[in-house]
Amino acid sequence: MIAIDINKRIGRGPGSFRLQVKTVFQFNSVTRILGPSGVGKSTLLKILAGFITPDSGLIKFGDAVWFDSQIKYSKMVQERNVGFVFQDYALFPNMTVAQHLHYGSDNADYINQLLELGELTSLKERLPRQLSGGQQQRLAILRALSTKPKLLLMDEPFAALDSALKIRIMERLKSLFEEQQTTVLMVTHQDQEWEHPKNQIFNLLSQED
Amino acid sequence: MDLEPIWLSLKLAAITTILLLFIGVPIAYWLSRRQTIFKLIAEALITMPLVLPPSVLGFYLLLAFSPNNGFGEWLHRHFDLQLVFSFKGLVVASIIYSLPFMVSPIKSAFAHLPKSMEEASFVMGKSKVQTFFKVLLPNIKPSIFTAVVLTFAHTLGEFGVVLMIGGNIPGETKVASIAIYDAVETMDYASANYYALILFAITFLIVIGVFIINKNAVKSPFE
Repeated sequence: MIAIDINKRIGRGPGSFRLQVKTVFQFNSVTRILGPSGVGKSTLLKILAGFITPDSGLIKFGDAVWFDSQIKYSKMVQERNVGFVFQDYALFPNMTVAQHLHYGSDNADYINQLLELGELTSLKERLPRQLSGGQQQRLAILRALSTKPKLLLMDEPFAALDSALKIRIMERLKSLFEEQQTTVLMVTHQDQEWEHPKNQIFNLLSQED
Repeated sequence: MDLEPIWLSLKLAAITTILLLFIGVPIAYWLSRRQTIFKLIAEALITMPLVLPPSVLGFYLLLAFSPNNGFGEWLHRHFDLQLVFSFKGLVVASIIYSLPFMVSPIKSAFAHLPKSMEEASFVMGKSKVQTFFKVLLPNIKPSIFTAVVLTFAHTLGEFGVVLMIGGNIPGETKVASIAIYDAVETMDYASANYYALILFAITFLIVIGVFIINKNAVKSPFE
C-alpha cells in the first residue's frame, strides 16, 4: 500500500493554507480524490509524483521510501515509475502522437494497443496542435500509460471527453489497470463509473490553521 | 573595388554567431531557471552591452587585452595570443558585445515553456539532459532562430568596439563599418557609399527574412 503522512504550506501570506494528508491507498485500486477547488488536490498528486517536496512527513510506496523529511530524502521523479496526466495535458508540441508514445516505450505492439485504446490510431502522425481538445486529453492519458507505471496519477483526466467516448475509454482503462496491476489516484468530480468494492473515494477537506 | 572589408565583416559575424550559439544557449537555460541574486547580477552584466556605449566596452577590453596588463600579458605568455589589433580579439570582443542578443530571446523562450512540459518528461524517466535536447530545445526553435539572426546582424553592424580594440588593419580588423568611416575620413564618398549600400542591403534582407519566417508569430521578433 501507499502510506502518506505529509504536511505542506501552499502559497505565501494571506490566502496561504496548509495541506495535511495522512492516509493509505491500497495497491491495485482506483481512488477518486474529491474535494472543493483550491483545497490542494492537484498539489497532492504533484507531491506523490515528486514535482513538489512536502515541508515535512513521510511517503512510502510499499516498502520503498519515497520521501522522508527526517533523513532529508526525496526519491527522484525519474525513479518513481509514476504516470502523470496533467490538467493542462503538457503535451510536447514538437512530437506527433506516435512520437509521444515512443518517448515512453520501445514496444511497438504496446504502442499500437494504446493507440487503439484511445482511438487515436488514425491520428498517430498528427502534432498536438492538429488535435481537438478531447484528442489531446486522450493522448495525455496514453502517454502517461506508455511507461507502464505502477502508480498512475491523473488530474481531471476525462473533463474534455463526451460521455459515450468517456465510458468506452474507461472500460478499456479498467481492464488495462487490472492487467498491469496499476494503482490509480485521480482527481475527478463525477465519474461514478469507477465505483467498485475495492475502489475508494478520498475526500480532501479544507484545512484551517 | 575592394570587397575584403565586407568578407571580413561576414566572417566575423558568422564566427561570432556560431560560438555564441554554444555559449548563449546554456547560459540562457541557466538564467531561465530559479532566480537567485547571483543570477540577477550575472544577467545584468550580460545585458550591459545593450545600453553601454560601445566605446566604454571597447576601452575596457583594450585595457584587458593589452599585453602590458595582467590578463593580456598572461594570454600572451601562456597561449601566445595577442588580442589587441587582431581578428581573434575582434571575435572575443564581439562575443561579449553581442551576448545579450543571443541570450535574451532564448532565455525568455525557456522561461515561457510551461513547467509541466518538463515535468511530463521527467516523470517518464527522462534525465535533465534528455529532456533538454528532446523536449525543451526543439520547442524554442523559432526563438533560437531569431537570436541567431539578431546576433549576426548586430555583429555585422559593430563599429565602436572594433575601432577601439581592432583599429584599422586591412584584412585583419578593417571590417565594413570601419571601411566606411575610413573612406569618409579621406573624402572618398564613392567607396563609403559602396560599402554602406552593401551593408544596408545585407541587413535589410536579413530582417525581411526574419519577418517572413516568423510570419506565424503574432509579435515582431524584436519585441
